[in-house]
Amino acid sequence: MHTIIDRRELTKGDMISLTIEAPAIARKIHPGQFVVLRVNETGERTPLTVAYKDDVHGTITIIFQVLGKTTAMLASLKIGEAIKDLVGPLGCDERFTKVGTVVGIGGGSGIAVLHHILQGSKEAGNTLIGIVGAREKALLILEDEMDALCERLLITTDDGSYGMHGLVTDALTQLVEEQVHVDQVIAVGPLVMMRAVCEMTKLYGIPTLVSLNPIMVDGTGMCGGCRVTVGGETRFACVDGPHFDGHQVDFDELMRRNTMYLRDERTSLLTSIKAK
Amino acid sequence: MTDAKTLLASSLEGTELSSFCPHCHEALNLYDPKTRKVWMRLHARAAERNGELLLAPGYDVVDRHVAVRFERQSNLELADEQVVDDLLCPHCGVSLIDREAHCEECASPVGRIVVSVQSKLVDFSVCSKMGCRWLGISQADEAKIKPKVKRQQKPEQDALLRTRNFQEVSYGFVRELAVKEAGRCLDCKKPACVDGCPVGVDIPGFVRLIKDGQFVEAARLIKQKNALPAICGRVCPQDDQCERVCILAKKDQAVAIGNLERFAADFERETDAVTIPRKAPSTGKLIGIVGSGPAGLTLAADMVAKGHSVTVFESLHEAGGVLVYGIPEFRLPKAIVRAEIDYLRRLGVKIEVNSIVGRLYSIEELFETGYDAVFIGTGAGLPVFMRLPGENLCNILSANEYLTRVNLMKAYLFPEYDTPAPKGRQVAVLGGGNVAMDCARTAIRMGAREVTIVYRRTRDEMPARTEEIEHAEQEGVRFRYLTGPIRFIGDDQHWVRQMECVQMQLGEPDESGRRAPIPKARSNFLMDVDMVIVAVGAGPNPVLFSGAPDLKRTKRGYIESYSESGRTSMKNVWAGGDIVTGSATVILAMGAARKAADDMHEYLMNGGGPWV
Repeated sequence: MHTIIDRRELTKGDMISLTIEAPAIARKIHPGQFVVLRVNETGERTPLTVAYKDDVHGTITIIFQVLGKTTAMLASLKIGEAIKDLVGPLGCDERFTKVGTVVGIGGGSGIAVLHHILQGSKEAGNTLIGIVGAREKALLILEDEMDALCERLLITTDDGSYGMHGLVTDALTQLVEEQVHVDQVIAVGPLVMMRAVCEMTKLYGIPTLVSLNPIMVDGTGMCGGCRVTVGGETRFACVDGPHFDGHQVDFDELMRRNTMYLRDERTSLLTSIKAK
Repeated sequence: MTDAKTLLASSLEGTELSSFCPHCHEALNLYDPKTRKVWMRLHARAAERNGELLLAPGYDVVDRHVAVRFERQSNLELADEQVVDDLLCPHCGVSLIDREAHCEECASPVGRIVVSVQSKLVDFSVCSKMGCRWLGISQADEAKIKPKVKRQQKPEQDALLRTRNFQEVSYGFVRELAVKEAGRCLDCKKPACVDGCPVGVDIPGFVRLIKDGQFVEAARLIKQKNALPAICGRVCPQDDQCERVCILAKKDQAVAIGNLERFAADFERETDAVTIPRKAPSTGKLIGIVGSGPAGLTLAADMVAKGHSVTVFESLHEAGGVLVYGIPEFRLPKAIVRAEIDYLRRLGVKIEVNSIVGRLYSIEELFETGYDAVFIGTGAGLPVFMRLPGENLCNILSANEYLTRVNLMKAYLFPEYDTPAPKGRQVAVLGGGNVAMDCARTAIRMGAREVTIVYRRTRDEMPARTEEIEHAEQEGVRFRYLTGPIRFIGDDQHWVRQMECVQMQLGEPDESGRRAPIPKARSNFLMDVDMVIVAVGAGPNPVLFSGAPDLKRTKRGYIESYSESGRTSMKNVWAGGDIVTGSATVILAMGAARKAADDMHEYLMNGGGPWV
């Protein structure tokens, strides 16, 4: 059992941050790696990328958007309550090297994961520029943290309620037009966003790292549910990833694979609401 | 009432009695219409008088048990316990006394005649002492006239009914059937079955105990060699092991050893008779086990009994490995796995779930934190795909994923349990092993209208247990032999809709010893499918190795083992089971773990020695 030490609502009722007691995992986890958790005995195994770790206090922090039954259950947990199963660290340990200027692009709850990865990239000596996007101002998370981490931070909102009116790719275009030299792009967020970023950076020839979030069960390479086509080869995101060269990823396939259980997810959520 | 003695008595009773003189072959029968009994009539001599000795079988009831005895009559007016001097054939007059033999009860001389029991001729001895209760048949001969009892079938759920639920298919023996089946065992002097068992269970021993009604003792005897009898009784390939070499299998059907093992273990558990055996005094040694599957659990049980402290690390949230994620509920109920693992916990085995060795701790770190030895039993859980075009379409998944969703995550109880499983109306399962059968039978239960096993060779080459194939056939699974898929075709939403296949013919045997399938030219055809389960094999579990770069591995990625007992390239690290051999069976993994345990114990207690 892993106790919840801290709980915050980053946006009203939608984006939740949970800090969980997990000393052994906190000691070992690196930026970009994930954990699989199961809230209770009947729960689903759910992969979530870690946003912070604190190896002194032995905690990890996950940030997620409430989308389905599991995230709704997680969101309903109070401080002092516990998660039944938590396993990790999972995924490849991506060791960051110095490449120069890195543009980190995050969307939605992906900003939390991006923040952790950029921390690793900064420790390697890179100069960071951040681009974060949200549908509207109220849904934007970790603005201050990102601002503190990056030399420069560009903010976009779909409705123009804050920062640039537009998408993260528009901010990237702006950087390119300013002739900022970019050595690497790291993109974490919804698949459509990552696909759009990759299409652009491919055009400009900027190496791009993406963090994928396919459906998985065990997270240790045993089910193969998380397979993605990267450069024409089938790879398992859980053990070969979750970071891949974005230019090689078949996003269309992944987007369709991620809809496989859409109907079941809805059933699951509706049944749990009815039961209440 | 089926033991040899009763059978003998009932054969000799009534008008069908046939007893003969071994010398002139004349019948010794005498029918007495008054008593309506058939007697055996011999000539007897006592105190220089000649007369007749008549014997007829009868029954006594002693302590509510029927005991067989022989009534004796003689016109020689002999006293009780008096011994006659000679017994002769009334026809040829030859003495029947056998100097070599004697009564097994009172050691008096015996006369030897021949009787027919179940159309078999057996020697029958007549004790020369009046009133002797010996039945006249030696223990050696008793085995010969074993009643011919057919192999008992364990009751099963109706085939149609069971395709609608996940309850166990076979119910196992009830006591009466178990005792009857155990009575079939010949109790051979050199039991081949024990050699056929990878962990060397004393099979005749426990079968004898079941025959005598000592069910709990039978279970305890098995547990001396096998810590998981309720599981092995259900999933061992007995028809390739103990039952294959059973002497009875040569002429008839083998003793149902697996079912008897299951019966004893179930009886012990269901009657709450499980006790904890005495442990050896603590050695102070700490053993780390990676993986809580059959190999890891066996090693844990062995080492804890030898007095070591044992911790098992399991990456999933439940212990049991393939027993909980792979083998379906209807073949091995998870409550039984849990009970067996609880037993190990009570023995003192610590199990840490959600602990990935290789990620949370490296093997080096285990040694640094005080472990004296490590055993790796991580199994073959990496799904193998066929690398065919279209294999990543939606609703094409590995057997591992399907079984894990349904078994471990209980998708068959969705939405009560949160994990869904893919559904299909026309399901194709690729492969011919036990895993393929498990997937097909699971898909039927999950509501598929049509499930087809697509296999490259024929039924004869299929590696699955015969019982599993038969069960699948009974449940309506279709089989398409000599067929291999070559690509998958999806719709505009990227869901699988068709599978292109090619027909095969069998050529020369390949390195596996089975005839190699060769595609027939221009035999391509399309199969309509809306779900495909790939069950063509498994590779080594990958996640451990990131924490053990020094561990030498074979070309196929399994751990290289440098001794019979599974020593690896890392000092004080043993490995066993599928992670060394590739996909095999539960019991072979347990056998490997037993060898590793013995070697590990020796090595730790005798202060090491050269490693390899």
